[in-house]
Amino acid sequence: MNPEELQRIAAEELQAKSAAKHRIGVCTASGCLSCGSREVLKAIEQEAAARPEANLRIEGVGCMGLCSRGPLVMVQSGPVPAENSGAGAETAFLFKELTPADAPALVAYLEQQKSDPPTVAAGSTASSLAAKRCDLSAPFFRRQVKVVLEQFENIDPERIESYLAAGGYRALLDCLHHRRPVEIIDEITRSGLRGRGGGGYPVGLKWSTVAKAGAFVPQAGRSSRQSAGATAADRPDGPRKYVICNADEGDPGAFMDRSVLECAPHRVLEGMAIAAYAVGADFGYLYVRAEYPLAVERLRKAIVQAEKRGLLGRNIGGSAFNFQVEIRLGAGAFVCGEETALLASIEGRRGQPRPRPPYPAEHGLWGCPTLINNVETLANVAAIINRGADWFAALGTEKSKGTKVFALAGKIKNTGLIEVPMGISIHEIVHEMGSGEVGGIKAVQTGGPSGGCIPAEHFHLPVDYESLQAEGSIMGSGGMIIMDEGAAMVDVARFFMEFCVEESCGKCAPCRVGTTQVLLLLEKIGRGEGTAADLGQLEELCHLLQQTSLCGLGQSAANPVLSTLRFFRREYEQLLVDNTGKSNETDGSQSPQQGPQEVKK
Amino acid sequence: MPSAPRPVTNTAADKRWRPVEAAMRRNGYRAGGLIEALHAVQRAYGYIDEAAMRAIGAALQLPLSKIYGVVTFYHFFHLKPKGRHTCVVCLGTACYIKGADRLLQTISREQQVSPGETTADGRLSLLTARCVGACGQAPAVVIDDQVVGQAEESAIHRQLAGLNSAGPGSDEEQP
Ligand SMILES: Cc1cc2nc3c(=O)[nH]c(=O)nc-3n(C[C@H](O)[C@H](O)[C@H](O)COP(=O)(O)O)c2cc1C
Ligand code: SF4
Ligand code: FES
Ligand code: FES
Repeated sequence: MNPEELQRIAAEELQAKSAAKHRIGVCTASGCLSCGSREVLKAIEQEAAARPEANLRIEGVGCMGLCSRGPLVMVQSGPVPAENSGAGAETAFLFKELTPADAPALVAYLEQQKSDPPTVAAGSTASSLAAKRCDLSAPFFRRQVKVVLEQFENIDPERIESYLAAGGYRALLDCLHHRRPVEIIDEITRSGLRGRGGGGYPVGLKWSTVAKAGAFVPQAGRSSRQSAGATAADRPDGPRKYVICNADEGDPGAFMDRSVLECAPHRVLEGMAIAAYAVGADFGYLYVRAEYPLAVERLRKAIVQAEKRGLLGRNIGGSAFNFQVEIRLGAGAFVCGEETALLASIEGRRGQPRPRPPYPAEHGLWGCPTLINNVETLANVAAIINRGADWFAALGTEKSKGTKVFALAGKIKNTGLIEVPMGISIHEIVHEMGSGEVGGIKAVQTGGPSGGCIPAEHFHLPVDYESLQAEGSIMGSGGMIIMDEGAAMVDVARFFMEFCVEESCGKCAPCRVGTTQVLLLLEKIGRGEGTAADLGQLEELCHLLQQTSLCGLGQSAANPVLSTLRFFRREYEQLLVDNTGKSNETDGSQSPQQGPQEVKK
Repeated sequence: MPSAPRPVTNTAADKRWRPVEAAMRRNGYRAGGLIEALHAVQRAYGYIDEAAMRAIGAALQLPLSKIYGVVTFYHFFHLKPKGRHTCVVCLGTACYIKGADRLLQTISREQQVSPGETTADGRLSLLTARCVGACGQAPAVVIDDQVVGQAEESAIHRQLAGLNSAGPGSDEEQP
């Protein structure tokens, strides 16, 4: 497909959209599907078919953020906003918790509306609908700045035309026809984009390392382990580099990447293709968790569609650039999110990390230079190309540019997916956007098993890579779990350590043995049997883990313990006994810590 | 381990083996395709038995020990057949905070099956997962591939009780 064709398809799609009086988008991401959005979509379609004069256009679209209140349905009227404008439709209404039974009222109501924008008047047939209308001026929606999640409410994840109409693949064709690889890398470098997979490594720097690395020539006759390439039969056997999208998202409690893959698979593919062109790669892998079947299904569809349209494969967009993408399924091992373990897994081996250097950028998949980026990182790329590095760099803070997608979960009212500019305070996210009860919330956990707990007293902190690290936590991939007073911190630390014990790959002793020892100590303390000496040993072991483990899993496994010790040390101390076996607490009323839910309910 | 070829599952005659063969062919019968092939086995049969491992080993020229090492490394692969129905309780952070482990305990008690096991009559496997990606709806339970968000004990019990003993998979004998 050349740029003119792309324009034509996009224009046709936009015209079809604009011809309808109202556009109804039903969320078909897995959150809403799990509470019945497919049935709601069907019911609305049936109802609309019975009333053609209503002139409605109905499609399944992506996640609209307030996942805990699904199924969500967005009704938009007026002209379709220009892509990349950041503007919403003229009028937009969001309904929550719709059921198939609401369909007749919704359609009848929209049909009654002649030319005026719909306002849900109380007392009409739509009165029950009125109660389900979300206030789009609430902080949860208003505070968001969408780059990665942009246009999710307008994109049907299963149709490439829909993505094209939202401005998709323009950046790729622009790069292929008008920009040299170095110019693209320069643009990404100037944008200040940093890796969203947890580490925060500057993306432009990584790209230029891979671009500069000489492509490795696979040699004939090497042992199968080293040269085995998962190849399509017609792949040229010349010098090769790879691009890998890390979609392993193992942090339990985070679902940003999943949502991006499910709702805008083409955005990720476009980012991969631009990256491949910039670094000189011709083959890419998407390493996706097997636990995300819907994401995998939509990615497969998206790859086929993009190949058909000549946006993946050979001579992309009529240029000389070839890029082929394949999906590789993970198999339920958290450590495979670590880049060298991920490489081993794609090569068909046990996913065990290896020491770095050499870094994958120089010595990656089957020895070839390999670029590994996270889903969200790659989903930022097209927007940066379209709107420029300066626009992106103006978002966020001095050192952390752009936006970050967070998965809000736990004890707040509005759980779901949000995208906010870097530098926003935790208070704004938790209390204003999440509608968390001020005073009722004790801490927020970021970064999953590699992160830490930030106590409510520190909620004024800005969310950026450095501030969170200074507090002993990490930005991580974007899971944010809000804990209320019922959360017992020793138990929270135990929960994460149990996770690390199970997920440790066992390659190095500090992590294999250390995590188990730490867990035993935490359990002992939790049962009310630990002594001050145990606490001292716990801390010592934690530091040992940090300093001597081979990979990030072991190095950061102690973070949840150390951060709860830092801010909630008293909870540990209250559980200690002295050497005679008596509780340290004078009133003796402190009982051993239970799981958070036992305390709460 | 004897190296003489042993009779494996009669893979050539078995229709279900075809996607496994296809996965290995797609990867040029190279070792790099091992995990893809294992996924194909599990999709087709529900679990990975020794016969399947041997057949793959023969095709990819890999020792059984290596294949076994890979299968056991990854939590996603099962060595035993699952029940006709599955109930997966998410024990990820978001779900844990909302009481998932108590939910698991009650399900386990009511259904008389420990986590990770299958009921004696092969009706139900009770499994656990680290985040099924529906954290916004925590606690999440997946019953026969259907995610149930904001899972309430009573609703889950009703649903589990409603699973009749003939369900997905019952039309096909488990190998
Ligand atoms: C134990 C462990 C698990 C990880 N899991 C993930 C993951 O699930 N997704 C991800 O993108 N990065 C993960 N990472 C980080 C990757 O190693 C790597 O830094 C990242 O994919 C690079 O992409 P980025 O620069 O775009 O962030 C993990 C790292 C460690 C140590
Ligand atoms: S730190 Fe843990 S996960 Fe990482 S290599 Fe060592 S044992 Fe494996
Ligand atoms: S999954 Fe539907 S709004 Fe997030
Ligand atoms: S933690 Fe249970 S679905 Fe994510």
